[in-house]
Amino acid sequence: MKIVLENLTKIFPSRNKKADDEVIAVNNFNFEIPDGKLIGLLGPSGCGKSTTLYMISGLQKPTSGRIYFGDDDVTEVSTENRGIGLVFQNYALYPHLTVKQNILFPLQNLKGEDKMTKEQMLERAYEAARLVQIDTLMERKPSELSGGQQQRVAIARALVKMPRVLLLDEPLSNLDARLRLQTREEIRRIQKETGITTVFVTHDQEEAMSISDMIVVMKTGIVQQIGKPQEVYDSPANLFVAKFLGTPPINVFEGSVKGEKLFIGDSAVMDVPGVADQEVMVGIRPEGFILDENGPLKCKLSNVEVMGRDVSVVSTHANSCNPMVRSIIDADNKVNPESDEVRYSLKKHKTFIFNKETEERIYVEVK
Amino acid sequence: MVESKQQWKAWVYLAPAIVLLLVFTVWPIINTVRMAFLENYSGLKAAGGMVFEFGFGNFEKVVNYRRFVSCLKNTVLLCLWTVPISTFLALLIAVALNAIKPLQKVLQTIFFLPYVTNSIAIGMVFAAMFNIVGSFYGTENEIIVTAGIINNVIEFFGGKPVNWINYGSSYAANMFVMVVYIVWNALPFKILVLLGGLQSINKQYYDAAKVDSTPKRRIFTHITVPLLSPMLAYVIITGFIGGFKEYTSVVGIFGENMGPPNDAGRLNTMVGFIYDALSTNQQGRASAAALILFGIILVVTMINLQVSKKRVHY
Repeated sequence: MKIVLENLTKIFPSRNKKADDEVIAVNNFNFEIPDGKLIGLLGPSGCGKSTTLYMISGLQKPTSGRIYFGDDDVTEVSTENRGIGLVFQNYALYPHLTVKQNILFPLQNLKGEDKMTKEQMLERAYEAARLVQIDTLMERKPSELSGGQQQRVAIARALVKMPRVLLLDEPLSNLDARLRLQTREEIRRIQKETGITTVFVTHDQEEAMSISDMIVVMKTGIVQQIGKPQEVYDSPANLFVAKFLGTPPINVFEGSVKGEKLFIGDSAVMDVPGVADQEVMVGIRPEGFILDENGPLKCKLSNVEVMGRDVSVVSTHANSCNPMVRSIIDADNKVNPESDEVRYSLKKHKTFIFNKETEERIYVEVK
Repeated sequence: MVESKQQWKAWVYLAPAIVLLLVFTVWPIINTVRMAFLENYSGLKAAGGMVFEFGFGNFEKVVNYRRFVSCLKNTVLLCLWTVPISTFLALLIAVALNAIKPLQKVLQTIFFLPYVTNSIAIGMVFAAMFNIVGSFYGTENEIIVTAGIINNVIEFFGGKPVNWINYGSSYAANMFVMVVYIVWNALPFKILVLLGGLQSINKQYYDAAKVDSTPKRRIFTHITVPLLSPMLAYVIITGFIGGFKEYTSVVGIFGENMGPPNDAGRLNTMVGFIYDALSTNQQGRASAAALILFGIILVVTMINLQVSKKRVHY
């Protein structure tokens, strides 16, 4: 079931009539979510990703725009009739019911043709429980489960009625780091096994990149970029996206373009054919630096962090927007920690330039 | 470990509270038990230097007293009627109050008003509402004029006025008025507690129920009520305890007569029974009755707690 969002906008009216402080939580969101894919909505808190999810679920009504499930316009359809499964950030498991009763709950609400016998319901409940591997915990109460187990119960409860769309709101935020890794793999596995179109919300870029088929990066209600995780990482549309994706984060410099050459400070670091002279922001991924004795980019060396597989070189540069310039280079390259200076040349496909005012990407022809 | 000097200080700080508790709570409890087991104990006679023997005579007297069974019956009946009705109504009103947005605070205040109004005053107003002026002495020649607003309403809809509380009224009519009054009087506190409970339920449960297409009635019975069960248990248990101590409500409506003019004491309760014994200086009998009432409340509360163990989800 594909989901189409058309000019989706949500405005929260201002509380105070005098003050003009209405909030545009989601601004003109257009996207077609392909059938059977896992989509990650990604952005810092307050960017409108959860609001988007809740509009898809029907718990919040869009101010304008339309939502389609397949070819059906569901904008005016209430949550009850949308046939979605939703996993809440805090799971919202009914505390007075056992795991089994929690999973059975949606099935017991089915009416008319969909109504099932007790045996059918139990069979379906156990099927869902097996999928998330909690079928041995069926008689427990939610309070007797760990965070990860509760989360799986919540997924089972969302899956048991075979929803057309599965929505997950920050599903991993309550788990510890280890469990988070394990559970995100599991979400991926469950999604692949069931083939249900799934949308999940997260502020953790690593989480989104690792399991999503496509990611949507949002900022203050506006979609910044949509694409496959690797594509978005390799070719950010603007400085915000470039900064938001990747750990360690991208290094940003103030620079300028003169005569089709990119300058950081006084040194010309790269050829940029076809770019007019202007002030620019330069983003360089940590893996975009090449250690080079004659390289054009001279940085003051602070220290070298050895991480085994590779080496992280921390240095400073007068034109850097961040206090530190961090590069990651292969451990085979020896950096003398005693020296004052480190010099780099740059990888063209890891270096991006952005308009200084709009922070939009300036595309360079890579030859 | 607290230093001994510090301990001494602690006792000094605690002293005012402890002394008051000892004098006005602990000693009266002990004394009640003592008096209950002294044959024919009377405060006046004790002051005159009389010595009483130990025995169960007071209990025997209480049980054999003419009005005892009627008092016990009234108390139990009032409890059994008013606690479930008032709890159920309070639950409905609290849910309704919680569901509406405009004027919520105003309505909350209105529903809370009975709680801060004097119950004798409310009783008198109820007595006036259920009154029939003119039939007071019930003579044949008298023209019956109804003045109570309840009977006026009944007549407006073409019904026959009912003699609720006046001369010659029936026991059932009397009880009906009592139940209405007590339920009305008990509502505000229960609504307050339940509304507080409702507002502390995480809204996500309702969102989750909505996503799962849960019908409204099922949301009420399967989500609201279980999640509210600690509050409901509290309201029911305190309701029963309060119900067994019912007294002022009867006085409020029937006055010290504790019944219609032709049958004084018909609606007397256990606490009324105790007061009667005290007013005739029979503290022994009063104490015995108090202990019996205590025993009943204890048993009922234990049953309540036992039931709530299975039914309440904390």
